[in-house]
Amino acid sequence: MTLLHWAVLSPFIAAIFIPFLYKYLKRIHTGWFVLIVPLVLFIYLLSFIPRTSSGEVILNTLNWVPSLGINFDVYLDGLSLLFTLLITGIGALVVLYSIYYLSKQKEKLNNFYVYLLMFMGAMLGVVLSDNLIVIYVFWEVTSIASSLLISYWYTREKSIYGAQKSMYITVFGGLSMLGGFSLLYVIAGTFSIRELIANADLVMASSLFIPAMILVLLGAFTKSAQFPFHIWLPDAMEAPTPVSAYLHSATMVKAGIYLVARLTGVFGGAPEWFWIITSAGLITLTWGSISAVRQKDLKGILAYSTVSQLGLIMSLLGAGSAAFYFQDGDNALYMTAILAAVFHLINHATFKGSLFMAAGIIDHETGTRDVRKLGGLMTIMPVTATISLIGLASMAGLPPFNGFLSKELFLTGMLNVTEYGIFNLETFGIIIPIIAWIASVLTFLYCILMFYRTFMGKLDMSKLSVKHVHEAPVGMLISPIILAALVIVFGLFPNLLAYSIIEPAMAAIAPGILSPGEFFDVHISHWHGFSAELFMTIGIIVLGLILFMTFKKWENSAFYRGERDVLNSAYDWGYEGLIKGSQSLTRLQMTGRLRDYFIYMCTFIILILAYTMYRFSLPSIQSLDLSPVPIYMWIIMLVFVGSVLIVPFINNRVALIITTGVSGFIVALLFVLFRAPDLALTQLLIESVSVILFMLVFYHLPNLKKVKTPSKTKAIKLIVSIGFGLMITLGSLSTFSMGQNTGYDSISEFYTENAKEEAGGYNIVNVILVDFRGMDTMLEILVLSMAALAVVSLIRLRFKGSEDI
Amino acid sequence: METLVTILAGVLVTVATYLLLSKNIIRVIIGTAILTHAAHLIIMTVAGLKTGTAPIVGEGNPVDPLPQALILTSIVIGFAVTAVSLVLAYRTYQEVGTDKLDKLKGDPDE
Repeated sequence: MTLLHWAVLSPFIAAIFIPFLYKYLKRIHTGWFVLIVPLVLFIYLLSFIPRTSSGEVILNTLNWVPSLGINFDVYLDGLSLLFTLLITGIGALVVLYSIYYLSKQKEKLNNFYVYLLMFMGAMLGVVLSDNLIVIYVFWEVTSIASSLLISYWYTREKSIYGAQKSMYITVFGGLSMLGGFSLLYVIAGTFSIRELIANADLVMASSLFIPAMILVLLGAFTKSAQFPFHIWLPDAMEAPTPVSAYLHSATMVKAGIYLVARLTGVFGGAPEWFWIITSAGLITLTWGSISAVRQKDLKGILAYSTVSQLGLIMSLLGAGSAAFYFQDGDNALYMTAILAAVFHLINHATFKGSLFMAAGIIDHETGTRDVRKLGGLMTIMPVTATISLIGLASMAGLPPFNGFLSKELFLTGMLNVTEYGIFNLETFGIIIPIIAWIASVLTFLYCILMFYRTFMGKLDMSKLSVKHVHEAPVGMLISPIILAALVIVFGLFPNLLAYSIIEPAMAAIAPGILSPGEFFDVHISHWHGFSAELFMTIGIIVLGLILFMTFKKWENSAFYRGERDVLNSAYDWGYEGLIKGSQSLTRLQMTGRLRDYFIYMCTFIILILAYTMYRFSLPSIQSLDLSPVPIYMWIIMLVFVGSVLIVPFINNRVALIITTGVSGFIVALLFVLFRAPDLALTQLLIESVSVILFMLVFYHLPNLKKVKTPSKTKAIKLIVSIGFGLMITLGSLSTFSMGQNTGYDSISEFYTENAKEEAGGYNIVNVILVDFRGMDTMLEILVLSMAALAVVSLIRLRFKGSEDI
Repeated sequence: METLVTILAGVLVTVATYLLLSKNIIRVIIGTAILTHAAHLIIMTVAGLKTGTAPIVGEGNPVDPLPQALILTSIVIGFAVTAVSLVLAYRTYQEVGTDKLDKLKGDPDE
């Protein structure tokens, strides 16, 4: 266990103490204690920057289940460091924000902070592990913690709905991912990502490459809310706002991005990987931005914009994966995409965090998040308005904020795709930058709409439930101010991050692209001449403004009024259908009638036996050594068959018992003829006792009534019984013939020869029963005693209040 | 003779199955009793019904004793099961007041 291991586990350990702190230190808001954890971790992780930026990686091994190749190995390189800094840094800000957001008196703070710390630890585990199984374990903990946090106000129906939905979708993805990881293990024989990357050629050559890739991507896409799995994210907005800011914008939804970035070294270079990720990202980007325009709820807009921005990052990772196809040469062409992905990842975390917090403040101070009720908050809440303006301008991609830079890089990356000259990009490539451009126009539109409808115009107090609207307390504003400041700082001095964070992260995403000792030369600048990207940005602004000006015209259109995602209906319909379908299937099959179940069993036995006999052409009764049939046997047989066949037609109970008795006695007679005196004796005795028992019991039962059975039921009964009888006959004949044709002698020789010598008895059957195979007899006695006890207790024991039973 | 006895056992199985599929609890129990006979006859037959003497030492060439021992055990166990199910049927009728299996169903939504 190294310090880095403890860093991953520290949030879990802290979570143990939170309930006690909450209970015994009621005067202090529990959040203050929690704040220490991410703060200390953040400072500790900052100390790794010099090491990772010089290309060093830290690997610490800890055996967990070494026999299965599962080890808790922490692996820290540029990519992991970037994510850990995001998790702890934004984590600290979110905790600080939540201290002012959640009331000490009204809320169950212990639950909140335990779940939040659980999530933080799990997230650190995901990004710091080198072992796929350990990643999976932490991955599922993030799903669970996320669901717990979404349903934090568990008395609200919508919270429960959102939590369930996110759980189903992310756990579905998680399980698929586990399948993908297992396939990777089958291919390469290791769970370690480092070793997988080293064996990437082996993985590429395998026939399991495509299934493994798709399964892993299902996990990444569900977690990162990619189309069509994005539907859980807008419903997750029922969570408290700090949770939305932390989990559903900055960290958890980026776990899928992390996984894709991390495994690019394994799968990258394949056309399938390129096309799936790029197109999924672009579809998500477009769909998210279209849906965001339609939303009326502040958090709804932000949720769909998160979906759309995640799609943007995903498509960039897809475009950058082509680097593995080329392996060397001019890497500036495709590495721009990876640079843009990493840079936008950081930028999105900063501005989206601050926007969520601003939305939370508006909700907190006005009591609503509906943009139709809001307006004119600019003068009332100037600080919040400024923060939102910075965040939205950055999201829309306006200079001088960091969003502008990453959007320019995004457009460059997408334009570069057309120049790759691989994977059919010569023909289809041009679509990619066009879609990217359209989505950017829509992004600009919803940003400007959100600002206009919240802060401009006039505030109509009659629509609000609170009396006075005023600026939020200072404590609540600290975190969004810090994030907004970062938006500006990263916007003005982007190269601050370039050498320390972005370059090592790029090197980690694209391992083996650089020769040792070489570094990516990243230089992000605001001005790069009159290039295509600049004109595209101008086009975005102009077209976005035109759409905004004409907003009045399409405000009442069906497109704008309908808010709900059509895929939600598909999900609900599928969910309902699944329940209804399984219910009706159960009802169809579980009739509660013994007869039906018996028919199922018989039918299956008939079918299985029939198939087996057909398959192995049984029974073969040609060369059988059959014994001769004496004449009197025919007579006995006729009587026997006759007495048995009339049983189903008898309605008089005494006649029924006597007929059954007759067949029993004939069996005894058969035993005599087959030279089994002991059997004949026992059969006679038992049959007599049974007949007496039947008499005793039937005396208390009503007489049998002639029942009218529908002929259809009768036919089914007949078919099943005849089929079953036939199969048993054929089966026994096969057994007999197989027994004869094996060529082995019966072991009975031994008993016959040794009954006298070894056991000192003449009656061989009795010697077998009590000497050679005495254990059978002992247990049979036990069965008889248990039956006797059961009979006694059935007759004697009565529960009090037996009506209920 | 083996073929003949096997076919006989098949007839027994058919009748037993038919009885087991009926609605009345008594018929079901009688069905199990008949099924037991069929099973015993089959055990006897698959070992072969060759002529010989009873399995007593010194009587010449005895028939196979092992299936006889198996059947003997089975007869006793079959009897125990029949006894318990009979008493169960009796008690059920006392408590519930019906001998119809269909009426012993639970709530359809359970």
